Amino acid sequence: MLSLQYREDWGRILEPTVTQVRDLTQARRAAEALLSELARQGYGEATVFAILLAVEEGLNNAIRHGNGSDRSKTVEFAYEVSSEKTVVRITDEGCGFKPQNIPDPTADENLEKPTGRGITLMRAYMDEVVFSERGNENRMVKWNPEASKPRPEN
Amino acid sequence: MSEDASEGVQNPRMDVSFFDGVVLVELKDRKILDEVSIMQIGEQLNAVLQKIAQEGLPRFVVDFTNVSHMSSSALGVLITLHKRIREKRGQLRLCCIQPAIYEIFVITRLNEIFQIRQSRQEALDSLS
Repeated sequence: MLSLQYREDWGRILEPTVTQVRDLTQARRAAEALLSELARQGYGEATVFAILLAVEEGLNNAIRHGNGSDRSKTVEFAYEVSSEKTVVRITDEGCGFKPQNIPDPTADENLEKPTGRGITLMRAYMDEVVFSERGNENRMVKWNPEASKPRPEN
Repeated sequence: MSEDASEGVQNPRMDVSFFDGVVLVELKDRKILDEVSIMQIGEQLNAVLQKIAQEGLPRFVVDFTNVSHMSSSALGVLITLHKRIREKRGQLRLCCIQPAIYEIFVITRLNEIFQIRQSRQEALDSLS
């Protein structure tokens, strides 16, 4: 059961890589940089898939819904990748939202709505997903299932 | 027998061909993530639909062989296409969806909305 309660100390990023993005093109570039880091740290394909999907959804939400696609506003994209886990923090300048007010896209009556699946996918693919009280900041953690495995020789 | 139907489209994001009246759309992008690409895919799918709907009930196959990443916005485009095809009393099949992508359909329960076939041939056969 994931907690929606936000704690200041949760998912603290000690040495984050921080990028300010204003639009989806810049977001894409920032996500690609994270991908390179995941590859460098030896994350497996399925874990990279999960993190990329969640980050894309989070950045899209922040830019489009949070900042209303206003290029004068920025989204701060911060992440830290270690061999054990990846922590991501996405902060927009919007007035926030209550995640519990987002209709469940998997409810029968919502199945054919074209939007509203981003947060469901983020929760499905990341180990922890929380939003700040105001709802304009989102932190996610993905543990690396490969971390405990011995590295192959060479 | 097939023919190329993507002629004249700027930056085509798909290959379009016809098999006995069924239109086959093969998505070309490996990652369907950015909004510009997704918007173009939506517009191009709609253009194909409008074109074939003039000739009868649209029968549509979307082939995901090349697709290894996609976002929720891309799902929205498929839902819109599905609705438009249904409005025209046509049929849609999706095929060749990689397991990781199929999981997205399962998580969102869209595997219950879309008719998904494993192979292109199965999808085409189911519409002929």
